[in-house]
Amino acid sequence: MIPADVRSAVLRALGSVAPEADLTRLDPGRPIRDQLDIDSMDFMNFLLELDRELHVDVPEMDYARVATLDQCVAYLSARLET
Amino acid sequence: MPSLGADMRAGRLLEWLKQPGDRVTRGDIIAEVDTDKGVIEVEVFTSGVVERLLVEPGTRVPVGTPLATIREEGVPEAAPAAAGPPGVPAPPERHRASPLARRRAAELGLDLRTIAGSGPSGVVTREDVERAARAPAAPPEEAGEVDRTARMRAAIAAAVSRSKREIPHYYLATTVDLGGLMTWLADYNRNRPVAERLGPNALLLKATALALRDFPDLNAQWLEGRAVPAQGIHLGLAISLRGGGLVVATLPNTDQRPVSQLMTDVMEVVRRARTGGLRSSELSGSTVTVTQLGDRGVESVFGVIYPPQVAIVGLGRVVERPWVVGGRVVPRPVVTVTLAADHRASDGHRGGLFLFALSGLLQEPERL
Repeated sequence: MIPADVRSAVLRALGSVAPEADLTRLDPGRPIRDQLDIDSMDFMNFLLELDRELHVDVPEMDYARVATLDQCVAYLSARLET
Repeated sequence: MPSLGADMRAGRLLEWLKQPGDRVTRGDIIAEVDTDKGVIEVEVFTSGVVERLLVEPGTRVPVGTPLATIREEGVPEAAPAAAGPPGVPAPPERHRASPLARRRAAELGLDLRTIAGSGPSGVVTREDVERAARAPAAPPEEAGEVDRTARMRAAIAAAVSRSKREIPHYYLATTVDLGGLMTWLADYNRNRPVAERLGPNALLLKATALALRDFPDLNAQWLEGRAVPAQGIHLGLAISLRGGGLVVATLPNTDQRPVSQLMTDVMEVVRRARTGGLRSSELSGSTVTVTQLGDRGVESVFGVIYPPQVAIVGLGRVVERPWVVGGRVVPRPVVTVTLAADHRASDGHRGGLFLFALSGLLQEPERL
């Protein structure tokens, strides 16, 4: 899967937990949770959606590596390559 | 029109999802209504056959207004109704109410059919009548430009104003060492997939519910001048909505749910609160509310009691603090737990015992 597809999957997952958000305005370098007002329960639902879409389970120790959109796409792309 | 909380006065029927003649089972969704708390799915609480739809889509009606009639299993079919199409009110029916409530309603000129009953099997009590009399008159059809956020703000304003006007709150706080719990949680989650992981919130909620078992004076409702212990422990989870406002979702029999189930249920109800699809039964019947603001860094929160409840528990952020363990200062994760309680129903000593019990339960996470 190419990074563009991963990015689309991440945005779909975000859209499922925050459907009111304008994701076109998301700054890819800033923490997603701060920008979309996502709390810990939303974040867990976001990870569940990523798992459903991409079959990648993000372990607790890696939560900091999916904090921004760019980080999230890079991390998931790397996991999908392995 | 179901009551989804003491602050709700009316709702607008959006759409019927069942039609006359349809067979329904308890828990089926029969309609969608637009309320101050968002679009809510209305469930049926009995199994049978839909006989008549009494309210036309688009109509805003007060809480307690019958929306439809359902003929229960085994009950013979009624004679064909003389009534016309949907939207035409049903003929007057004898409403279940206590004699005192009937007399008081007559004195106040209130129609019992428009008052939601809180007594056994929905019987309208004198307190229900008094409450209805204090509430503003049946809400008028509102202009479309008044958005839901503004209406929700108004509903919250009415509820918290009533709470602060009528309930003499007292406030307590304690800081709890979560070192053992967080270590246990990390071990528990380490090799589990995301769908099976727990968050500290689930453990805090379960411990709160278990602690309430010994405090019926906190797990109660203030009705007709006295605290009435609730049947069961049903925590209400305050869920903030992005863009403003909040809803309180009920977690039925919280103390009896395995903590893994509780985690799943909380994630699901939070998701639907913020994306749509909450059911009417999920917004009523809570006995003690829990408010959590730790996700945004708040270390302690003192809530406003949600009437007719008599207590609200506040959970803050889990933070690392210097803590004395065995005579040495060490960094430990701690959380501040608060209680705001109705002094008419309990005293500070009882509240302190409750927080002490809750603190003790959090030291044994494997037992939650």
